[in-house]
Amino acid sequence: MAICLGIFLVVFSLIVYSLVRYRKKATDDDSEPPQIYGSNQVELAWTVIPVLIVAVVFLAAARVIHAVEDKPFPPNTIEVTATGHQFWWEFQYPAYGFTTANELHVPVSDRSHPTPTHIILLSADTDHSFWVPQLAGKVDLIPNRRNEMWIEPLDVGHYVGQCAQYCGTQHAKMLLNVMVDTPEDFQKWVQQQKEPAVMSDQVAAGRKVFETNACMNCHTIAGTISHGRFGPDLTHLMSRTTIASGAAPNTQDNLTLWVKDPDAIKPGCLMPAMQLDEQSVNALVAYLMSLH
Amino acid sequence: MADAQPIVPPLVIPQDREGSRPLVQVLHEWIVTVDHKRLGLMYFSYGILFLVIGGIEASIMRAQLAVANNNLVSPEVFNRLFTMHGTTMIFFAAMPIVFGIANYLTPLMIGARDMAFPRLNAWGFWMTALGGIILYFSFIGGFGLYGAGSAPDVGWFAYAPLTSPAFSVGHSTDYWIIGLLISGFGSIATGLNIMTTVLCMRGPGMKLNRMPMLVWLNSVMAFLVLLVIGPLTAAQLMLLIDRYLGGHFFDTQAGGSAVIWMHFFWIFGHPEVYILVLPAFGILSEVIPVFSRKPIFGYNIMVAATVAIGFISMSVWAHHMFTVGMTSYANAFFVASTAAIAVPTGIKIFNWVGTMWGGKITFTTAMLFSVAAVAQMLMAGLTGIMLAAAPFDWQLGNSYFVIAHFHYVILGVIVFGVFSAAYYWYPKVTGRMMNETLGKWHFWLFLIGFHVTFDFMHIPGILGMPRRIYTYEASRGWEIWNLIVSVGVIFQVLAVLIWVFNVIRSYFKGKIAGSDPWDAWTLEWSTTSPPPDYNFAELPVVRSRRPLWDLKHPEDPDWKYE
Repeated sequence: MAICLGIFLVVFSLIVYSLVRYRKKATDDDSEPPQIYGSNQVELAWTVIPVLIVAVVFLAAARVIHAVEDKPFPPNTIEVTATGHQFWWEFQYPAYGFTTANELHVPVSDRSHPTPTHIILLSADTDHSFWVPQLAGKVDLIPNRRNEMWIEPLDVGHYVGQCAQYCGTQHAKMLLNVMVDTPEDFQKWVQQQKEPAVMSDQVAAGRKVFETNACMNCHTIAGTISHGRFGPDLTHLMSRTTIASGAAPNTQDNLTLWVKDPDAIKPGCLMPAMQLDEQSVNALVAYLMSLH
Repeated sequence: MADAQPIVPPLVIPQDREGSRPLVQVLHEWIVTVDHKRLGLMYFSYGILFLVIGGIEASIMRAQLAVANNNLVSPEVFNRLFTMHGTTMIFFAAMPIVFGIANYLTPLMIGARDMAFPRLNAWGFWMTALGGIILYFSFIGGFGLYGAGSAPDVGWFAYAPLTSPAFSVGHSTDYWIIGLLISGFGSIATGLNIMTTVLCMRGPGMKLNRMPMLVWLNSVMAFLVLLVIGPLTAAQLMLLIDRYLGGHFFDTQAGGSAVIWMHFFWIFGHPEVYILVLPAFGILSEVIPVFSRKPIFGYNIMVAATVAIGFISMSVWAHHMFTVGMTSYANAFFVASTAAIAVPTGIKIFNWVGTMWGGKITFTTAMLFSVAAVAQMLMAGLTGIMLAAAPFDWQLGNSYFVIAHFHYVILGVIVFGVFSAAYYWYPKVTGRMMNETLGKWHFWLFLIGFHVTFDFMHIPGILGMPRRIYTYEASRGWEIWNLIVSVGVIFQVLAVLIWVFNVIRSYFKGKIAGSDPWDAWTLEWSTTSPPPDYNFAELPVVRSRRPLWDLKHPEDPDWKYE
């Protein structure tokens, strides 16, 4: 970056200088300037110097490439498998045995006890790319291919990124939310996610709507008969801050609108409008809102 | 400067044009023509037409992105717009324009009467024309125009498996495949033609090392066309087999490979950039010497640098794929090869500065466009070096930073070069001068618009805005930059309108140019403006790189120094 800025300043000033110094003046006669055909010394100089700069840039880049791609992992690395779908993210934590969607939780790392997160990247359909600018460079998720990357955030916080490889109609609303928690908060979150869904008789009507319509074909709610894999896991839906992969805040109004007409929030998404009557929608939303 | 008489007296042959003829007859003559000048003009105008269409698509996209959460167009339409914009600009605007310039000027510059294969030339043009029509027929051929039809929406590099039948239902992708396939045949024909013309049709004394720079750059361009359109054609055929004959080359659901498509596409796609930019370099290498009143600085090393760019450009393709998870060794190799291409490009920039150094520079509109292109190439090259470093690309690849970078090359160098060429050779083509006042308005408005749009476009990229999103949330902090970027478009549109007006007005009202208005040195200026059908009544004999300099300065000819 600094090298580039330096080169830019030097060469740009050369251009401007030659333009100003050698413009044709009103006082000039029509004679031609001295005809110079070239100079081997000068040309050699401006070949060799760029070669040296290129060599430096290459060595610096190669060092970083090696450090990033061939990094060894400590034993307490968190393992996550991220699968890209049209147009949402699936996150599996194989060590803990649960699946969640769209919001990735990882523990904060500190330099004395590093806890990096190693992410295996897969795709269920088209190409996607995992990009949270503040945490790491992007790596693509490609069907039939296993890619990997790692992140090691040093500050607690909420980091936003999104899919960076065009994947279809709703590529724009495939946001990635990464929650970097303290180790205690992370453990608490893991414990909660491992639980099956809360069963409550108060929302039995909504569960019936869910289980007797096509909802259960695509969504999983652990502990019930719903085992679909095509859409996000809803076991702990209310633990997430957004719905539709970051397209809208997770509120009752938005959930209702989303269930009634997904295209109103995310036109072109793959979830169909189920044409439920008002009563069923309300019961269903009540059920979803109970999934803490 | 305008000489009333051509510099080579025996070449003055009165034009045997008849009076007014019926329009049908004129049209018929243009359609059946095999004359390289007419085909060159047709290529050029066809390219400009698509440049305008692609520009309209870009303007709609910028209107959509100007504010956050905009609903001007639906995501489906936006995806079609950027796919059509990219495909149109590369295949049906930029390529026909550079082919047009090469077609018109190559025979004139090397002292030939026509291209080596005039009929193949016509065939190539009509294939390209057919390809563009097929691509655009998708708007009505799919599901009708309502809601902008079903044009291709897979992006201009059409990554698999988005193009497989499972994800691309209907025929829009087929229009994309067949349109490019057919125009590819035309491109190969033209590449072959330029190559053969340069190798076999040079006039007496026109040795290879005396050819004008533009001819050199065009022949390297033609060589690249011959080499790299093949892989693209192969990939398109494989995709058609996948879609209709049950092949599984790229069909990941049946075990195909998405990455193979990327390799095929970028083996074509990266040299394609050089296919477009080398002719622009050639234009700069003709215009800058003439308006600096000095020969090109370091002719030999300029040619060597061109050939080096041609070779190296064949080995850099996977820098488009730094994020697909290649090994660290592969990534490092492509960092090295990509950075290496900066060296010959840098040599070119230095040599252009060397040409201006110590000259007497006249700022005609043509020169202004060329000088701006040099400065913009510097900037584009440097952001290119930054992106060549893979770790940098992991962050900024596929972001608006990349969009800004390659538009700096394509607009800032290629389109600026094309405008420069338009002002420089317009007198030769029409026999009349273009209006310089309008030209300066065009230049300054376009320059301002270009910089407002593309300088500021780097910033949302650095802030994390990926390409190809139809909208974004206001909370991401990208809105103000996008608004500025979109405002720049207005200036560019105005500038291009002025140019079109200038082209038309000057055709009827421009000052008569004479055969050599710029006091230039290459062979095309030795014949009348516009040149007769046969170009040269008597083929001129060339003794140096600047044949007209030798004639104008018999006391100090160039050939003494070669």
